[in-house]
Amino acid sequence: MSAVRVLVGTRKGAFTLTSDGRRGDWTVDGPHFGGWEIYHLTGSPVDPDRLYASQSGGWFGQLIQRSDDGGRSWTTAGNDFAYAGDVGEHLWFDGTPRPWEFKRIWHLEPSRHDPDTLYAGAEDAALFVSTDGGQKWSELSALRQHPSGGAWQPGAGGMCLHTIILDPANRDRIFVAISAAGAFRSDDGGASWLPINKGLRSGEIPDTDSEVGHCVHRLAQHPSRPDTLFMQKHWDVMRSDDAGGSWREVSGNLPSDFGFPIAVHAHEPETIYVVPITSDSMHYPPEGRLRVYRSRTGGEHWEPLTEGLPQSHCYVNVLRDAMAVDTLDPCGIYFGTTGGQVYHSADGGDSWAPIVRDLPAVLSVEVQVLP
Amino acid sequence: MIRVVLPAHLKTLAHVTGEVRVEVAGPPTQREVLDALETAYPMLRGTIRDRRSGQRRAFVRFYACERDLSHEPPDAPLPEEVVAGREPFIVLGAMAGG
Repeated sequence: MSAVRVLVGTRKGAFTLTSDGRRGDWTVDGPHFGGWEIYHLTGSPVDPDRLYASQSGGWFGQLIQRSDDGGRSWTTAGNDFAYAGDVGEHLWFDGTPRPWEFKRIWHLEPSRHDPDTLYAGAEDAALFVSTDGGQKWSELSALRQHPSGGAWQPGAGGMCLHTIILDPANRDRIFVAISAAGAFRSDDGGASWLPINKGLRSGEIPDTDSEVGHCVHRLAQHPSRPDTLFMQKHWDVMRSDDAGGSWREVSGNLPSDFGFPIAVHAHEPETIYVVPITSDSMHYPPEGRLRVYRSRTGGEHWEPLTEGLPQSHCYVNVLRDAMAVDTLDPCGIYFGTTGGQVYHSADGGDSWAPIVRDLPAVLSVEVQVLP
Repeated sequence: MIRVVLPAHLKTLAHVTGEVRVEVAGPPTQREVLDALETAYPMLRGTIRDRRSGQRRAFVRFYACERDLSHEPPDAPLPEEVVAGREPFIVLGAMAGG
């Protein structure tokens, strides 16, 4: 029987949660790197025992950790993230120019083809790549040096590159998203980039349908339909069917279209999940009721999923990298909260149960299905 | 040999438990000691000093002989007690909450 391993990054360390394929009994292991912020912990699609962790902290900066045995042991990889060429400037919160400055790695995205190749999304926004298992990093600088780059500004969480999608059908195509610059696509392996924000409207910027400046929170894609993208924006849930060439809003009947994560069912490319949050000034669920919303129609029509989730006095948030789906049948859905709970559903979202309740605030959740 | 005391997180990272000892080639200075430390423990690169600028990270402090050496020039000689190995060179994380 297959097994499931959930990789959890938190404010104070990393945890692994394992179960057999029934997903009923769980073993919790950790913390690894206790006391450190683990913005992201993820595994290689081609070698599930190859794990990577982004380890950071206010005292000692950024480290990258690598495991070759599924997380039983770790070695420190490279942490020299140097912006290429003339560093240049972007806009600060107050509208003044400010030099790009490396702060941390938000997201690691391993290659679909090579366990030694992975991409890293940085704050201040930049995309790095390593082809030697994380030892050496080089910037794909055309993104940051896009003519619009000087106009990018940070969102409240920092100017972070938080989403990286490596297209499953086209090895040269990469999608990224940056708060608060927007979404970008490369069709040549990162040598050049196109802003893909047509159709987005953001009331927080003076020109609401500007080419850049949108606070995109998360992108999701189903591997069988690589031209269809789903987006949770600061406000609004959006959909594109032309690889980001244009977007339309599919928030429909959501109680709030503010939120952070968005995920697609592993076997149903029109079934998507979001976690509505009250607003950008109140980062907790509407009415104190934690509800995942599911649409089986690719958006517009949404149903609340509440069984097993707290329906009173719940004021946690679910961050953008903290939701994942497994590839078992029925599809498993997982998410972690800023209150330290990791919930899972083994039936596509119909019912939920906590795997663990009292971890540090959860920053990221990934899931692996093991042979 | 220069005795160096690391904060708990960096001891874990370097896989050491107690003090570490480093040998420096020239006159002992902060820079020489930290260079030797990073050569012996490459996983510490970037954790005490910024990888690009070489500057001490904002929330890292250097103490020795009951003195705060954090703002001393990196090439200033270390106290004789540290050079003689009678006192350690202490690297620590500044007090911070959260």
